[in-house]
Amino acid sequence: MSQVPDLDLDQVARLARIALTPEEKARFSAQLGDVIAYIALLKEVDVSGVEPTAHAFPVSNVWAEDVAQPGLPVEAALRNAPARRDNLIAVPKVVE
Amino acid sequence: MKPAGSPALFHQTVAALAAQLEARQLSAVELMRAVIARTEAVEERVQAFNSHDAADALAQAAASDARRAAGQARGPLDGIPVGLKDVIAVEGQPLTASSRMLANFVSPYDGTAARKLKAAGAVCWGRLNLDEFAMGSSTENSAFRTTRNPWDLERVPGGSSGGSAAAVAAGEAIVSFGSDTGGSIRQPAALCGIVGMKPTYGLVSRYGLIAFASSLDQIGPFARTVEDAAIALGAVAGHDPLDSTSVPVEVPDYRAELAKRRGPWKLGIPKEYFGAGLDPEVGAAVEAAIGHYRKLGCQVREISLPHTKYAVGAYYIIATAECSSNLSRYDGIRYGHRAAGAKDVVDLYFQSRAEGFGAEVKRRIILGTYVLSSGYYDAYYLRAQKVRTLIRRDFLEAYKEVDAILTPTSPTPAFKRGEKAADPLAMYLSDTYTIGVNLAGLPGLSLPCGFTRDGLPIGLQIIGQPFAEAELLAIAQAYERDHDWVGRHPEL
Repeated sequence: MSQVPDLDLDQVARLARIALTPEEKARFSAQLGDVIAYIALLKEVDVSGVEPTAHAFPVSNVWAEDVAQPGLPVEAALRNAPARRDNLIAVPKVVE
Repeated sequence: MKPAGSPALFHQTVAALAAQLEARQLSAVELMRAVIARTEAVEERVQAFNSHDAADALAQAAASDARRAAGQARGPLDGIPVGLKDVIAVEGQPLTASSRMLANFVSPYDGTAARKLKAAGAVCWGRLNLDEFAMGSSTENSAFRTTRNPWDLERVPGGSSGGSAAAVAAGEAIVSFGSDTGGSIRQPAALCGIVGMKPTYGLVSRYGLIAFASSLDQIGPFARTVEDAAIALGAVAGHDPLDSTSVPVEVPDYRAELAKRRGPWKLGIPKEYFGAGLDPEVGAAVEAAIGHYRKLGCQVREISLPHTKYAVGAYYIIATAECSSNLSRYDGIRYGHRAAGAKDVVDLYFQSRAEGFGAEVKRRIILGTYVLSSGYYDAYYLRAQKVRTLIRRDFLEAYKEVDAILTPTSPTPAFKRGEKAADPLAMYLSDTYTIGVNLAGLPGLSLPCGFTRDGLPIGLQIIGQPFAEAELLAIAQAYERDHDWVGRHPEL
């Protein structure tokens, strides 16, 4: 198992908004080290002058008519909310 | 009268069952009852389903019978029990992605695939297990259960659509649908001894498919025969304004096209797919299948896809980058798991995601966040997208010479449970032969081409040209027609 010197797991997990336990940090650090060492293989490919591909079949300028369509009823849209009050989703206080 | 020696209802094909339904020798309710009874008999061992609702399925089947009695039957899928991977939204049914994050989620709407299947009269039967958020190759990453391979319960069914493959192989559904981002339909189809097809990117709408890597994900069918796959694909294919990446192409009647396309074809064998790491029994079975195409008069030639060795690396950059973005929506606020006792809203994100996601999902989100993070974007993500261009170019170059490409689907037959669970990289490499197809956006199909000495199924992958699904299916059927792998079922 290899370690990658430039993978700051704490920083990346913070960006990803995932709290990691010390055990997860140790395990992921080694496992991701292997994976990052493997993907470094791509550095040997000559990509000069090659355009990137985002989608294999790019479909550009897809527009919809600006016409109102029926949406989800409020009750259906809120059915999966973890906490609700009246017709709103309840969350912890954001501003003191 | 059922001919003597014909297989049990739950092992029959859509084509055979549709003929019996049409002739009123069978009702959809009888068929559904047979599938429910089979599921009750084997599911404890197979563990293909996250959930199923027998009463609801019987009600759908009764509605199908009523339509048929009124002369309003909707075609070959009307009344057929169709299983769906638990990432395909069906209104009122659970939609969990086999994740604690969505353990209690019920879909408020039908995705396009479900809407079209219902319009075709199919009975939407059960929610099929997968690797959490479709990330994995063994279905061991499910938060809920480990699906077993029906041919050997100590082995994995493949993944991520392992439940969808196992259910059809075990007779718990007649056909099913999964999703394929890097091989998640073709690899489990190979390991479970059935047909599985990933369509060209953009042929099937992704509206109502839980997103993993949006530029790679496609919904596709699992079936016992190529003809059944053609029927099932035809039901869900087609342009959809609700998916902006859906491509406006004409959808032929794939089943009718089968009879019209008889070859012979020019077939390419990429030398890079037959190197180190290929199990000798798998290699021998695939070589024998290639030999059969030669006997059919096909021109078979060796080709080269020179960037093959970079496909897995490019894939794990692109797919994880897209997943880190797609899965940012699971924040514990609007739906999904919410951690208790968070001290503020940001802490709520951290804790909800820590509790809701399993290890593989966390690893991939973190890897994807890393490759997109400031200072690394050019070195990883942008470079991977350029390598993707080269991989796609390799295939398009090959298609100037050949009509389709033959390869093994998976380098090995089904592996033992737990064998690769602690080594993500080894697991990733099991997708070596399927991943390039997703990066290039091509259609790929796996069909049974034999068994190992231990009785494990082996899959042949056929890779087609963009939107040439009709040709691809016909090539597959030309092999299937002359072999009897379809007639073999696992002992359960």
